[in-house]
Amino acid sequence: MKPLLSIQDYKAHFYTRRGIVKAVNGITYDVHPGQTLAIVGESGSGKSVSQLSYLGLLPTPPLKIMGGQVLFDGNDLLQMSEDQLRKIRGDKISMIFQEPMTSLNPYLKIGSQMIEPLVIHRKKTKKEAWKLATQALERVGLSRADQAMESYPHEFSGGMRQRVMIAMALTTDPKLLIADEPTTALDVTVQAQILELLKSIQQENKMAMILITHDLGVVAGSADEVVVMYAGRVFETGSVDDIFYRSQHPYTRALLRSTPRLDKLEKELPVIQGNPPDLISVSEGCPFYERCSYQKEICKREFPRESSLGAKHKWFCHVEKIS
Amino acid sequence: MGINYVLKRLAIMVPIFFLVVTLVFFMIRFAPGGPFSSEKTVSAAILKNLEAKYHMDEPLLSQYVRYWKDLFRGDLGPSFKHANRTVNEIIAEALPISLELGLLALTWAVLIGVSAGGLAALKPNTVYDYVPMAFSILGICLPTFVVGPVLVLVFGLWLQWLPVAGWETWQDRVLPSLTLGFAYAAYISRLTRGGLIEIRGQEFIRTARAKGLSESEIVIKHSLRGGLLPVVSYLGPALAGIITGALVTETIFNIPGLGRFFIESAVNRDYTVVMGTSLLYFTLIFICNFLVDIIYAILDPRVKYE
Repeated sequence: MKPLLSIQDYKAHFYTRRGIVKAVNGITYDVHPGQTLAIVGESGSGKSVSQLSYLGLLPTPPLKIMGGQVLFDGNDLLQMSEDQLRKIRGDKISMIFQEPMTSLNPYLKIGSQMIEPLVIHRKKTKKEAWKLATQALERVGLSRADQAMESYPHEFSGGMRQRVMIAMALTTDPKLLIADEPTTALDVTVQAQILELLKSIQQENKMAMILITHDLGVVAGSADEVVVMYAGRVFETGSVDDIFYRSQHPYTRALLRSTPRLDKLEKELPVIQGNPPDLISVSEGCPFYERCSYQKEICKREFPRESSLGAKHKWFCHVEKIS
Repeated sequence: MGINYVLKRLAIMVPIFFLVVTLVFFMIRFAPGGPFSSEKTVSAAILKNLEAKYHMDEPLLSQYVRYWKDLFRGDLGPSFKHANRTVNEIIAEALPISLELGLLALTWAVLIGVSAGGLAALKPNTVYDYVPMAFSILGICLPTFVVGPVLVLVFGLWLQWLPVAGWETWQDRVLPSLTLGFAYAAYISRLTRGGLIEIRGQEFIRTARAKGLSESEIVIKHSLRGGLLPVVSYLGPALAGIITGALVTETIFNIPGLGRFFIESAVNRDYTVVMGTSLLYFTLIFICNFLVDIIYAILDPRVKYE
């Protein structure tokens, strides 16, 4: 199957006063049509930057794209002009964000924000777009969608606003939806509803989804494939089962161990010792080296080559076998 | 925001109005000197006549009561200094001029300030930011009595495009209103820049970008409304101040506006004119702030008045 989005050796750095922050430092993976790819990692691992940057949603400077390819439907997004990119954003690639409280404009009615993608990309009249947007709100389970269109964001709860964001992102039937921590700011019960909603819509529309999260519970419930990121690098990719049951990377293992589980109640939750590295002084070696319990001499000097098992499961580690 | 809110606002005005009248009435009278003390020595008999004419020989309290009685009839009393003129006449003549000058100046201030601030906010830390903001610092620092004469010198005397004084034709309006509006434009440009830069860092601007809106659509539809709220708040007090406080501009361009009376009356202890202009200033501030609050609620749907 041809990938919808193919990211190859993509690098994006921030040029700050303190130095160069290598936020995305050579990442490679594919997203296939109709599938959900979850990107997991700690804060600052580059998960969000790796997506926002190639869509032109981060200010340049300080961000600078340093190389690689991001092929969407076979076209390299990195070679596109701002105008070309803008035609893709909100049309073929839509996004929803972490903070439903602040991601909608508080000064404008929900309706006038909802219709924008349809008016811009589909050349609908405001009236047609209003009708379609109202239907979109109904599809995400908002009762009295007519009234909702006339309301302002502050009149809604966080969960409702996230539904609005989702409905808005889907008005143009995008091929790819990038969801940047869509449930992080929500109550646990609302989280489940939103994930369920995303899943059902995705199956209906045969849409691909990139789910950025630090919550492994969310990954297990919704993803087909997983990318584990750390310090701007991809450490391991594979199917959900590969990552959860056959993970080969010490970092993935440590991450899994430090996730609370209902079926294995432990007195104390294991944590990963140490802190993520400062991305300014990150060396040529493996960035996890200092915190890794399997560290070897070579880890310090060079980043490991790809190891793989089957077509999908890939990881980057010098350690042959971890127990 | 309903009729209840409006009534409430008006009701609050009553005690404040009472307080302003009382405070100004007694403060100006307790200040040393009086309306006739700077005159060349007048004979005791004449002084007595003068005081009797203006009821200054009565006890202070009965003067106070008399003032209230007149005020209820809308009579602000006779001027102590300008013979044969009442305060009502003075205000009726000068207020329209001051109002016109003030509104023109504020129009300049908003036009220039918002465009300069907007430009700076769109390209922060570039030459489009530094140049307007340098001018803005200049505008805030340079007093009107420097800006006015410089404008007169350049456009009036050297280029001879515009008249240097007077208040007859539309050309007469240009230099005074620019002079008066300059400092306000400078301040508004900084407010605009700050407000817009803050809004443009908000997450909903990223959402707008993610939806594929162009930069100009983002500015016009998503940024201006929230970004200009600080400017709107500032315009209320600014308008009241600009109408009554244009003394320097009025003097430079020889315009018979209110500002002159406002200052002169205090210097001359012209009690009734001090009272009249203070009450006018208070009423203007009240009305302007009220209007600003209403506009604010229209612009920001989260603001609710009860």
